[in-house]
Amino acid sequence: MSREVMEYDVVIVGAGPSGLATAIKLKQLKSDLNICILEKASEIGAHILSGNVFETRALDELLPNWKDLNSPIKTKVTKEKFLFLGKTKSLSWPTWLLPKVQQNHKNYIISLANLCRWLGEQAESLGVEIFPGFPASEIIYNEDGSVKGIATQDMGLDKDGNKKDSFESGIELHAKVTVFAEGCRGHLGKELIKKFELDKGKDPQQYGIGFKEIWEIEEKKHDEGLVMHTAGWPLDNKTYGGSFVYHAENKQIFLGYVIGLDYQNPHLSPFDEFQRFKTHPSIKKILEGGKRISYGARALIEGGLQSLPKMYMPGALLVGCDAGTLNMPKIKGSHTAMKSGMIAAETIFSHITEKKSLSIYDDKFKRSWLYKELRAARNVKPSFKWGLILGIIFTGIDQIIFRGKLPFTLKHHHADHETLKPANEMPKIEYPKPDNIITFDKTSSVYLTGTNHTENQPVHLKLKNPNLPIDFTLNKYDEPAQRYCPVGVYEVQIENSLPKFVINSQNCIHCKTCDIKEPSQNITWVTPEGGGGPKYGNM
Amino acid sequence: MKILVAVKRVIDYNVQIRVKEDNSGVVTDNVKMSTNPPDDNAIEEAVKIKEAGKAKEIVAITIGDDKAQETVRKALAVGADRGIHVKADGIVEPLAVSKILKAVVEKEKPDLVFMGKQAIDDDCNQTGQMLAALLDWPQATFASKIEVSEKSLTVTREVDEGLETIEVNIPAIVTCDLRLNEPRYASLPNIMKAKKKPLDLMTASDLGIDTKPRIEQIKVEEPPKRKAGIKVSNVAELVNKLKNEAKVI
Repeated sequence: MSREVMEYDVVIVGAGPSGLATAIKLKQLKSDLNICILEKASEIGAHILSGNVFETRALDELLPNWKDLNSPIKTKVTKEKFLFLGKTKSLSWPTWLLPKVQQNHKNYIISLANLCRWLGEQAESLGVEIFPGFPASEIIYNEDGSVKGIATQDMGLDKDGNKKDSFESGIELHAKVTVFAEGCRGHLGKELIKKFELDKGKDPQQYGIGFKEIWEIEEKKHDEGLVMHTAGWPLDNKTYGGSFVYHAENKQIFLGYVIGLDYQNPHLSPFDEFQRFKTHPSIKKILEGGKRISYGARALIEGGLQSLPKMYMPGALLVGCDAGTLNMPKIKGSHTAMKSGMIAAETIFSHITEKKSLSIYDDKFKRSWLYKELRAARNVKPSFKWGLILGIIFTGIDQIIFRGKLPFTLKHHHADHETLKPANEMPKIEYPKPDNIITFDKTSSVYLTGTNHTENQPVHLKLKNPNLPIDFTLNKYDEPAQRYCPVGVYEVQIENSLPKFVINSQNCIHCKTCDIKEPSQNITWVTPEGGGGPKYGNM
Repeated sequence: MKILVAVKRVIDYNVQIRVKEDNSGVVTDNVKMSTNPPDDNAIEEAVKIKEAGKAKEIVAITIGDDKAQETVRKALAVGADRGIHVKADGIVEPLAVSKILKAVVEKEKPDLVFMGKQAIDDDCNQTGQMLAALLDWPQATFASKIEVSEKSLTVTREVDEGLETIEVNIPAIVTCDLRLNEPRYASLPNIMKAKKKPLDLMTASDLGIDTKPRIEQIKVEEPPKRKAGIKVSNVAELVNKLKNEAKVI
């Protein structure tokens, strides 16, 4: 089947911080380049979810006059707290004893979605063409195996793959260089990493699942600029995770929870851990009298430098968390994503104007502050395999005394889908029922995401073996998809007294957790029809 | 034949609407906006009529702030030939919209005016009817099927009792129902081409129309929360509760 073809100098997949920074930097270097960005969300920002305490280092370099450009970066961090939570008690950790990477006094509390919308405007004013609602669904290769470009998703197929009256064929976008900026666990990035063996010699990538709710709270409890993090309860010593509470503008707080997807107990439900966390006295008192206005979840990268794949290949580059540039101890990935995009732009500029190989990306990366930052951070996450307490002690030594310069590198030994223990060997967890005031169920939560996928389209969560969930995973792991999915896409229903695996793909919020955590890697996330998925406002 | 299609930018139908804390309206900052869904049906029908060789030109018009232009561009991307953006800030009530449309109709002289049966934001369902009255043209509202002949339209209307088929002379106003057709997707190349299609800019005052609201909005509130249901054990109990507690039978 021949599809319509459009030619560009550079095609970028994904209008997040890395993709937009790539485009802006490229246009600054060479204004006559033809650049297009595809975004699967119905508008820029609608699929972005992040804490977010923003470090401006990359933006200061990219748009030094950002303060004059009506940017949505307004709330400066004024105060910081770090709490260790016990079941009912909390212990405040003095801020001066926090490693430097966890100090935020120069940073801002922002909505990353709004930052991306604004970066999108900056890019468009430089002449970048941005197309929201068009997922890149397929990679196009040249005969020599190099990346030629991508194809957009066909629109208007029914669930059996037949063309409806509204069918609109996808088109091919060819480029001199294609930049993949899909974010954590991008489905095309995953294909490229495998095809070009970009992760050869690297540790397996590590992931987390992050939840976020936006609350409007009572004025007297709101402290604009306050940044608070917690560790400890409700997670046990072996499970990696923690919370954030950021007091943003307009009496809003950004409240969230991150759990490492290397958890071992298949009975654990990350969603319910997050809900339960909110019932802790020190959190509950902030929320009481307030109102939850948004909910969302997204997988994030935690592997750091050890797991970072090679970011260049013939005809294409990986940027941001499509590769994995998040700085875990800093709990920040936006400035690193942007910087990786800016380095990619310089690489592409040299490639197009001086015919330099894309492999110079690696040298440029290694000479940048981004590399230094990730190198200093590399030992923090893996040390938590010894548990929370030893992890913290090690991190203190590594980050405060040696400033990340210890002469060895800890390894990640397992991929997250390998860490689950059989269900009958692990304790069941009873989660309290939601009270619909502070804690909620998945149904009322998914409603707030505004997610939707046109009915009667092919299911975009593909099972390699459709029988495996019931024949194997249910028995061995009590089908953990029922619990790790943050919106209840996966259910095991009993039909005629037989269990049946149900996929409610309409509810999917594109977090990619199933693609990561499914113990047999049996679930593959692919792009649904354009414009589908959540409609986040200011996440 | 020339068709004028009116489109409105509204909060996307998937978004959960939130009322502003001061009850002055609903939150629209950073909220995903889209074309009013039945307006998409109106555009689609116009494009189908053009594709069937029965219309020569489709003009899409919207009234609203700067960003409302996106709605016209989308109409251009799915097949409208030309756009008009009448700039107006704040709430523009159906009567003011009808007056603006009337002024544009007198200038453009279309044979048909299509629009959605109602907008999903204010749910007024008045503009088409008011425009018909102002122009003294026939109207066919809630159209779920339209057949075009030389001098008239045969329109099937979705009414409470079922389907009603009427014939109206051209020129006419048609307001479209969601079941009229399945709107097509805008393809990427067509979105590119739409950026180059002509779009006229004007303001309501250029047309001599005062858009000042005539209705004073006192406050906007969320609907009361639905109470949790209960299970009844038998029909008699249900009937009893409906009769004596709910007092609905």
